[in-house]
Amino acid sequence: MFDWLFYWLPENISTYGAKIDGIMKMIWVIVFSWFVVVELVLFYFIFRYRAKEGGRASFQPGHGKAVLWILIPAALVLACDLAIDVRQNPVWDEIKINMPKPEEADQEIEINAQQFAWNFVMPGRDGSLKTADDIKVMGTLTLPVGAKVIFYLTSQDVIHSFWVPVLRLKQDAVPGRRITGWFQATKEGTYIIGCAELCGSGHGVMKAKLRILSPHDYEEWLEKESPETAEETAWKVEVPHE
Amino acid sequence: MSESMTWTQKYLFSQDHKVIGIQYMITGLIMALLGGYLAYVFRYQLAFPNEGVPGFGEVGPDEYNLAISMHGTIMVFWVAMPILLSGFGNYLVPLMIGAKDMAFPRLNMMSYWTFFLSTVVLIASFFVPEGASKSGWTFYPPLTAVPGYTGVFWGGHLWLLAVALEFASMLMSGINLLTSTITMRAKGMSYFRMPLLVWMMNIASLIFMFSVGPLIAGAFMLLGDRFFGVGFFIPSAGGDPLLYQHLFWFFGHPEVYVILLPALGIIAEIITAFARKPIFAYRTIVYAVLAAGVLSFLVWAHHQFISGIDPRLAAPFGLTTILISVPFAICMFAFIATFWKGQIRFKTPMLFAIAMIAEFLFGGITGIINGSTAADIYVHDTYFVVAHFHYTLFPVVFLGGFAGIYYWFPKMFGRFLNEAWGKVHFALTTLSFNMVFLPLFFVGLGGTHRRIFDPSYFENLTQLQPLQVIATLGLFIMLGAQVPFIINFFYSMFKGKQASANPWEANSLEWVAPSPPGHGNFLEEPVVTRWPYDYSLPQANKDWLSQTEVA
Repeated sequence: MFDWLFYWLPENISTYGAKIDGIMKMIWVIVFSWFVVVELVLFYFIFRYRAKEGGRASFQPGHGKAVLWILIPAALVLACDLAIDVRQNPVWDEIKINMPKPEEADQEIEINAQQFAWNFVMPGRDGSLKTADDIKVMGTLTLPVGAKVIFYLTSQDVIHSFWVPVLRLKQDAVPGRRITGWFQATKEGTYIIGCAELCGSGHGVMKAKLRILSPHDYEEWLEKESPETAEETAWKVEVPHE
Repeated sequence: MSESMTWTQKYLFSQDHKVIGIQYMITGLIMALLGGYLAYVFRYQLAFPNEGVPGFGEVGPDEYNLAISMHGTIMVFWVAMPILLSGFGNYLVPLMIGAKDMAFPRLNMMSYWTFFLSTVVLIASFFVPEGASKSGWTFYPPLTAVPGYTGVFWGGHLWLLAVALEFASMLMSGINLLTSTITMRAKGMSYFRMPLLVWMMNIASLIFMFSVGPLIAGAFMLLGDRFFGVGFFIPSAGGDPLLYQHLFWFFGHPEVYVILLPALGIIAEIITAFARKPIFAYRTIVYAVLAAGVLSFLVWAHHQFISGIDPRLAAPFGLTTILISVPFAICMFAFIATFWKGQIRFKTPMLFAIAMIAEFLFGGITGIINGSTAADIYVHDTYFVVAHFHYTLFPVVFLGGFAGIYYWFPKMFGRFLNEAWGKVHFALTTLSFNMVFLPLFFVGLGGTHRRIFDPSYFENLTQLQPLQVIATLGLFIMLGAQVPFIINFFYSMFKGKQASANPWEANSLEWVAPSPPGHGNFLEEPVVTRWPYDYSLPQANKDWLSQTEVA
């Protein structure tokens, strides 16, 4: 009865994605149950109390104790609200507040947005960022499967939003800020990255690829891509208040 | 006095609250046609990408961004606000409190004509070089702070000017409404004898007036950025784009309740009259809505969970957002309880009112998913949000608005709208509404983000295309369904069945005045003896008692 809403939900390939899906489904079960009950009552009343010849309505202003007929259901709504809030907070906490520290992560990357492209800096063979062998690519983010990844998100011009449906991840990129986030992809494949914040003419074509590779393929890719020496950067990250 | 007035004084530059209310309403309805046309343009493009839109032409990314931006702007500021708050508020509040007019009739006229000017400026923005604004109805900087980012210069300036003028007009309208309610109630009309609609209009005006200041400040700061490069919102000049979002949503979220409350008021009047029952728990509704009004100022950051604000700040805003469901649940439960043991008459206004309640519930429950910080990470800025807010706003603005129009049309023009065509209009509008927006929940959960002009560009979204087509076909039906309404509206104004002063046998004071009421409203000054919901009082010999009826 409840799963139909999620029929088209894309597959999930991140460690925390299932928790977000779980929260959405938990909320849906609660609120849709309410919806069904309330609509049934509403339509029962409408059908049952349609005007009849010579009929007369009952004078029910809902004063005094009668008001409990609506206050008790409202108290139940309140209880459901609080239950939802208590259940969902840990998920938000895990994804956006208590993120893994850099030393707990397998990899750190820079993501930089511009009108209308995604730029990525990935560590080269030495596995660490801001070294000479960093790999700078526009449009494709390549990562090994299972790696716990911390990203630093910036924007060169307007607000963009880093949006990877299969990771259940969305985070605005705000010029002037360097926003930290994380994810851990659990399945190999090539996936779509979009920009979820209106950013100008090319908003609808701002697209990038996320490639999650097996350890072996990733090593091969590293071998091929990692530059020996520092290159002139293709683009510049300006972060005034780092 | 009214005899000596010219046609212009009477119908154009009128100071009569009823004429001004109708002017607001008709301007709003005309703007709704423009908003609907823009919806047609972008929905056609979404369903049949890059085939060209009949009656418009090629839709590229710029045309698309313009259409969605102006659709949102128009529907919120030039349709919902003028029809619900200024239109019904102006027309009904003085009548319902038993006043001859608003407290400041001249200011009232000025408020309408300021609004009219804002409309002219907004429409003019379509015709300047580069066209109207393409930056969304939220107008976020830095996209809007530097015209070069969108290539829209005058369109953006005029957008800001039009919105500023509109708000000035609504402020005049709001102060008038509040002053009138406080000072001009008829003898015996205590606050708790006022129809709920009057309460709702006043609370809505208060919310608007308390929230609009920061947005006007934000708009002026943005003008400073655009014209002088001040840099309030430009990081390279030391500014912060998030500041604007706070200013915008501090207004923007209360604004949805500014739109919702008048509709709740309309619904309350209609369901009581057609269920022949008093409103259930009158005072509880008033207190719940007052509480919601206060709470509405503490939820704004739920639009910004993933915008880069401190994630720890999201938790309290998530909680307040979810909690605001409680007062509105109370209202919905009270409305439903009003049907209990009633004698329900299914006239067109009642059908629209019932549909408003039934559909709004779905908009309400889906809001909880958006309001959850964790779930919002996924659904934010997707079509799920689009579907959710259309499931709240469409029932409020259109189902609620139509309910009000069918109900008070006999008062406004002394004639009924045609009932049979009204039911056709009702059935087609309500069904097609669901056909448009139900699929969009799936489109959103399928991963479609907002404001992209061609979903086929994203390989992961191609499987959702049939849903986009269904939604667009639904829109065709919805737009077509308005044709009988428009014809009915103008035909009935002159040729409809004549209506008596109180055709629905309702209690509030506007039904004591003649239909249509002349200048000055009441033939004799009404003296109020009871609340407006004495329907089916056991000791009475009929099932309604006007507020002026002596016990």
